[in-house]
Amino acid sequence: MKPSLAIRISIHALLLAACAITLYPVAWVVKTAVTPRQSFSPSPNPWPSTWSLSNFRDVLGTHQGATWLFGRQLLNSLLVSASVTIVGVVLACGAAYALSRFRFIGRDFSLRGFLLSQMFPGVVTAIPLYILLDHLQLLNSLAGLVLVYSTTAIPFCVFMLKGYFDSLPHELEEAVLLDGGTHFDAFFRVILPLSRPALAVTALFSFLTAWNEFILAATFMSRPASYTLPVAMQNYVGDFSTEWGHFAAGAVLVSLPVMLLFFALEKHLIGGLTEGAVKG
Amino acid sequence: MPLRLCESARSMATVTLDGVGKDHGKAQILGSLSFEIADGELLVLVGPSGCGKSTLLRCIAGLDELSRGRILVDGRDVTQAAPRDRDLAMVFQNYALYPHLTVRENLAFGLKMRKMPAAEIAQRVNDVALLLGLETLLERTPQKLSGGQCQRVAIGRALVRTPKAFLFDEPLSNLDAALRTQMRVELKRLHQRLGATMIYVTHDQVEAMTLADRIAVLRQGVLQQLGTPTELYERPNNLFVARFLGTPEINVVDGKELMQKQFMATLPDRAVKVGIRPESIHFVADGKPARVDLLEQLGWESLVHLDCDGVRLVARVSANAPTVGATVGFKIDDRALHYFDRDEKRL
Ligand SMILES: Nc1ncnc2c1ncn2[C@@H]1O[C@H](COP(=O)(O)OP(=O)(O)O)[C@@H](O)[C@H]1O
Ligand SMILES: [Mg+2]
Repeated sequence: MKPSLAIRISIHALLLAACAITLYPVAWVVKTAVTPRQSFSPSPNPWPSTWSLSNFRDVLGTHQGATWLFGRQLLNSLLVSASVTIVGVVLACGAAYALSRFRFIGRDFSLRGFLLSQMFPGVVTAIPLYILLDHLQLLNSLAGLVLVYSTTAIPFCVFMLKGYFDSLPHELEEAVLLDGGTHFDAFFRVILPLSRPALAVTALFSFLTAWNEFILAATFMSRPASYTLPVAMQNYVGDFSTEWGHFAAGAVLVSLPVMLLFFALEKHLIGGLTEGAVKG
Repeated sequence: MPLRLCESARSMATVTLDGVGKDHGKAQILGSLSFEIADGELLVLVGPSGCGKSTLLRCIAGLDELSRGRILVDGRDVTQAAPRDRDLAMVFQNYALYPHLTVRENLAFGLKMRKMPAAEIAQRVNDVALLLGLETLLERTPQKLSGGQCQRVAIGRALVRTPKAFLFDEPLSNLDAALRTQMRVELKRLHQRLGATMIYVTHDQVEAMTLADRIAVLRQGVLQQLGTPTELYERPNNLFVARFLGTPEINVVDGKELMQKQFMATLPDRAVKVGIRPESIHFVADGKPARVDLLEQLGWESLVHLDCDGVRLVARVSANAPTVGATVGFKIDDRALHYFDRDEKRL
């Protein structure tokens, strides 16, 4: 039965209100970005009165000597995030599968260890990690950052994927074994293809963790050429004045790839996770 | 008709269990089972839930390891062999179709794993599809199939490989009653046609009786009796088997009570319990009087619940059902009585 017109109108009104509340600050950032000034507009109206791309031009065009700084930092961010995604998902896949399907010595210990590592906020480890990276000569290096981010991404990915693998019936693999395959066949030909939605979520999470992270990157990276984008944005916030226009333009630019990624994975994110593998 | 398939499906085999046992920790799941499933036989393993049927089937398939004993397929010891080296096919209770593959790919999967040439794969898949009426479903994924169709695909996936023997684990229990009856007949027909060795697990005694060449009754991991459906029904080894097979359940009455209330003049030595099949109670005008307590009419026959001097019996009669509350005379067919001793063993 369809709900009555009044109810449908109120539901839509409610949803519109929720969207407006959520999007208001975003609209404000966009407004600040396209307004060719570096100060805040005190008006509550989120609709820009002037349109200009000068802030974007400034941010995109930052140079340090002959190097195109913004391009370099974008590349840093992309490299780090992509590496964390690949390392995180590939390692977590195998670990999660083993933890889900096999009973072995150290299994419970590993699970608890992963859980434990998730209980501390990343900042707590900043100083020990700094010392470690210093010893390994990995300060100011993207590889060092990938290593650090992976330590937070992998445990999360493992739990996420293990939960998903747990929900897949064992009979699927047993069917493969009887069909003449090995455990590897079962994993690569049946379990992994079935786990695409979970893999998409985990990949997205790993990417976002790395892409948005600020504190550790700011701690370990001291040369502008090795900054990631969030650290670069921070530089527009000065001690005496803040270039809000540039900051907002940078924020919009940083969000774009994430938005694209969400749109690309949307199909897998919505509904995919709830799809059952076996008819009951 | 896919004659080719029928012929190639005749790569049959015997399956021999030699003292097969299985423990989980300290708990003994299977005692020590020894019997042989003959070439081309359909053996039904039946027993109440949790008696170890699935465990035994999984042990035969190689999915679980044995704690004791040996398993031989066609005389070859496969106890240590991996599932894929045993050449057996299994149909799971929840079908376990590969959800991301089409019906065609599901059917072809096992053949691809075994590196069969593509032309032969296509040929076999088509043969099986024809045999099971799946021709129009080949390009669909399992999500778009009904329960009965999924079941057929699962059976097809086993058939297409022409394994040495088929293992079925409660394959019909997820289907509704009507479909279950229909699939039961189809399975029986399939078995007659292929003459393949099959081990079929169920907790449903009707399924067991109708399908089986021989039935093995299992209780808490111990074999109670192995024989043809008729043998088990007519000469149950013990009270458990007598109770398990037959609907409505066999009437079990205390021997002493029967003597006291003069149902019968003599009782064999050591007989403690007496089993009376519902169909061996007949209504006769000059019989022992009993009150009709309840009537279940099934159309072609009726189940009459009798109360005779405090002894409750169920009778199965084909016609002329009495009315509830009436008093009827009945007689028990002496030859059809089953006597059991103190340990519930048949005398
Ligand atoms: N992994 C296991 N660990 C301990 N006990 C188990 C395990 N798997 C099965 N069992 C026990 O084994 C018995 C037989 O199980 P199962 O073979 O599935 O019975 P059935 O198929 O006849 O219903 C049950 O009592 C069950 O609790
Ligand atoms: Mg079972």
